[in-house]
Amino acid sequence: MGYGIATLFGYFRDFLRNSGLEKCNAAVEREEQKHFVPLYQDFENFYKRNLYMRIRDNWSRSICSAPGPLFDVMERVSDDYNWTFRFTGNIIKDVINIGSYNFLGLADKYDESMRTVKEVLETYGTGVASTRQEMGTLDKHKELEDLLAKFLNVEAAMTFGMGFATNSTNIPVLVGKGCLIFSDELNHTSIVLGARLSGATIRTFKHNNMQCLENLLRDAIIYGQPRTHRAWKKILILVEGIYSMEGSIVNLPEIVALKKKYKAYLYIDEAHSIGSVGPTGRGVREYFGLNPEDIDVYMGTFTKSFGASGGYIAGKKDLVDYLRFNSHSAAYAVSMSPPVAEQIIRSLKLLMGLDGTTQGLQRLQQLVANTKYFRQTLKKMGFIIYGNDDSPVVPMLLYQPCKVAAFARHMLERKIGVVVVGFPATPLAEARARFCLSAVHTRQMLDTVLEAINELGDLLALKYSRQRKS
Amino acid sequence: MATAAEQWVLVEMVQALYEAPAYHLILEGILILWIIRLLFSKTYKLQERSDLTIKEKEELIEEWQPEPLVPPISKDHPAFNYNIVSGPPSHKIVVNGKECINFASFNFLGLLDSPRVKAAALASLKKYGVGTCGPRGFYGTFDVHLDLEEHLAKFMKTEEAIIYSYGFSTIASAIPAYSKRGDIIFVDRAACFAIQKGLQASRSDIKLFNHNDVADLERLLKEQEVEDQKNPRKARVTRRFIVVEGLYMNTGSICPLPELVKLKYKYKARIFLEESLSFGVLGEHGRGVTEHYGISIDDIDLISASMENSLASIGGFCCGRSFVIDHQRLSGQGYCFSASLPPLLAAAAIEALNIMEENPDIFAVLKKKCEQIHKALQGISGLKVVGECFSPAFHLQLKDSTGSREADVKLLQEIINQCMNKSIALTQARYLEKEEKFLPPPRGRAGESCIHHQGSSTGCPAVG
Repeated sequence: MGYGIATLFGYFRDFLRNSGLEKCNAAVEREEQKHFVPLYQDFENFYKRNLYMRIRDNWSRSICSAPGPLFDVMERVSDDYNWTFRFTGNIIKDVINIGSYNFLGLADKYDESMRTVKEVLETYGTGVASTRQEMGTLDKHKELEDLLAKFLNVEAAMTFGMGFATNSTNIPVLVGKGCLIFSDELNHTSIVLGARLSGATIRTFKHNNMQCLENLLRDAIIYGQPRTHRAWKKILILVEGIYSMEGSIVNLPEIVALKKKYKAYLYIDEAHSIGSVGPTGRGVREYFGLNPEDIDVYMGTFTKSFGASGGYIAGKKDLVDYLRFNSHSAAYAVSMSPPVAEQIIRSLKLLMGLDGTTQGLQRLQQLVANTKYFRQTLKKMGFIIYGNDDSPVVPMLLYQPCKVAAFARHMLERKIGVVVVGFPATPLAEARARFCLSAVHTRQMLDTVLEAINELGDLLALKYSRQRKS
Repeated sequence: MATAAEQWVLVEMVQALYEAPAYHLILEGILILWIIRLLFSKTYKLQERSDLTIKEKEELIEEWQPEPLVPPISKDHPAFNYNIVSGPPSHKIVVNGKECINFASFNFLGLLDSPRVKAAALASLKKYGVGTCGPRGFYGTFDVHLDLEEHLAKFMKTEEAIIYSYGFSTIASAIPAYSKRGDIIFVDRAACFAIQKGLQASRSDIKLFNHNDVADLERLLKEQEVEDQKNPRKARVTRRFIVVEGLYMNTGSICPLPELVKLKYKYKARIFLEESLSFGVLGEHGRGVTEHYGISIDDIDLISASMENSLASIGGFCCGRSFVIDHQRLSGQGYCFSASLPPLLAAAAIEALNIMEENPDIFAVLKKKCEQIHKALQGISGLKVVGECFSPAFHLQLKDSTGSREADVKLLQEIINQCMNKSIALTQARYLEKEEKFLPPPRGRAGESCIHHQGSSTGCPAVG
């Protein structure tokens, strides 16, 4: 109903603006180009102008410190109802960060353990200015790839400069016209883009629903390509390890069983799950205790658990060699920056215990403990939480857009930074707040956050669950 | 009262029934009977689906064999021997263990080993660490990013700039943000691969015009105008775009921007300019091809460039008027759904921009060096230089092809190996043969930089 009222208001305001009664604050087209075909359709921007603008201050908040467990947010006010922002110059210090993807707490400001990163920066510089296939393969990249292959227990790995580009430039290399892709309906935009760019036929299956996937697989093999009924060249199943908006973990054992039975290939995107699930942080495969050879293509990013940036693809040596020569980003895009590669090497060594300490394992265990505590307490308080009990990504449902805005603003007043998501990243009526736990959140910080959530829950009537235990 | 009114209406109806002509009643009766029949008849499927038994289905599933996930590669594929660089890719580069002068990286302004840039990156590393742990919308916006965007906008004299964390994704996300299915894009045949991917993702109508041929573009625009007159309602909502590069990656030539701007106003199409190779190279202050020709920057709707060539960092940016750029903050896929640029790289880019602003004479130095080396390489037998004389990235192509692409590639590799033996590092331009729309012939690629000394440029012709 909230959307209905907002929509009505939206039409009213648009009318006022068009007839000149209200000043229009948005940027406009140039005088000389007024006769050109309009760049944006009116309707496309309707949502943006009327709904999003009102609550825009909850996103793109800028910070001025490292994204650790506590960070400093730059205070920002708007004099004209969110059309433009002005930084007041004040900094809200020590805001508890429960929004950034910092699962192992490795993204923090410089300390002595990052000495090697400093050295690499001083020797190698920041840029590479050449593609992997030309002059851009540094020895640092080779070191990183060998270490990563050992970590994941696969034959070989290859790294790329950006996680998003890893999906969008490599899926088209593996499949093409005449192939079939089964993609989970809640897959990330980068996977969807890569699948579209490949030219293969895409069929989506209901989120984590193995029965639906099996039916689709059977139909695909029996009836072949549409209209011609020729057999499909390859079938590729695209799933994610942990889904970022749902917090659910993929049902890997069943998918692997299906894949073996129907001879399909499995591509898993472990952006959120690498380094954060599994007894030693090696991802969902380890979490379920499967054989490394069961999954054909491992993909992941280094942004979340490793505190760096970039992506990788790992698997059998033939696969990785093929990608080295045929990947779009290996031929046309520059390689990873050397200090970033060194940070990943340092994080991997920490996780694997190669630096001589057990810090890696300790962080993982702390993350598991934090996740359990947080989820249990929220459930007891009576909130609706999505996702698997072991996933460190905790979405809490808020449902209505006005509550979304109120929740985020109140939390910032209490010095807690949360992430709220609405349409279009989630379905229209299922706006949510998403908490990302970290190994470096202390029990005290979690308690502060939980208390604040509890108070706000009572204030805003967010406790929808009927299974309240308290 | 109500029943009286109903009865009154009923009486009217019955009267109307009596008064209607017979054929009308018969027609209505037939129609009603037909509807009842359609409602109750069984629906038929176009194809009979139930003719496969369970056993046959199982057999089909058993028999189906997919292709291997990746086809096998022969061991003597030329790309198997890729170069490994140990140490920094600066002026002197150690390739496969041998120290050479670096003519292969795109280090145009020599900023890859500038101590100021490294110091700025180090300061940022100390304050922020390495990663940003989130996309721009979710606490991934650091004050360094906002600084860099402001700096870039001020430098390029536009209203606003937006940063992406990867140069390839910049133009590949910018084009589909504006151009959707049904829109028309006129693009040069020699457009680089990132633009091609952007065009593919946008699902618009693509019309190619011959490389740098303004007459061909005008012909296409005129044809489109004729089409528009046939269907004016559709024409009123179809957006048109012209996508060109400042300095083309594939040919090293410059685009004829003044004529393109004239065509823009004549045929009402918007221009997107990709300046990866010309930003920080052309123009008196390095502002790119608009400054080189003296065109007002407001005439170009969107300028997109990669920071990986002149700015010694990673990433890319788009700049233009706020009306155009602000849209990408919600619809640029590479912006909204990807983690932001690591702050140390953003700080490096800011420092590099500062250096560019403080020493505007490096652009003149670069131009002179490019012209020198072009002249010096003109006379080599068997090879011709492809590219403008002031373009720092140029290609060396075989004058007479041997006839087969593979043999050409092998020959060029021989030449490059010889150069490496004499301590000059060059590289072959890598293309994905099956993916490129218009595959350029095999050629070696060289990147000139302003830090190359006099001696090294004479060393090059000696090799030939």
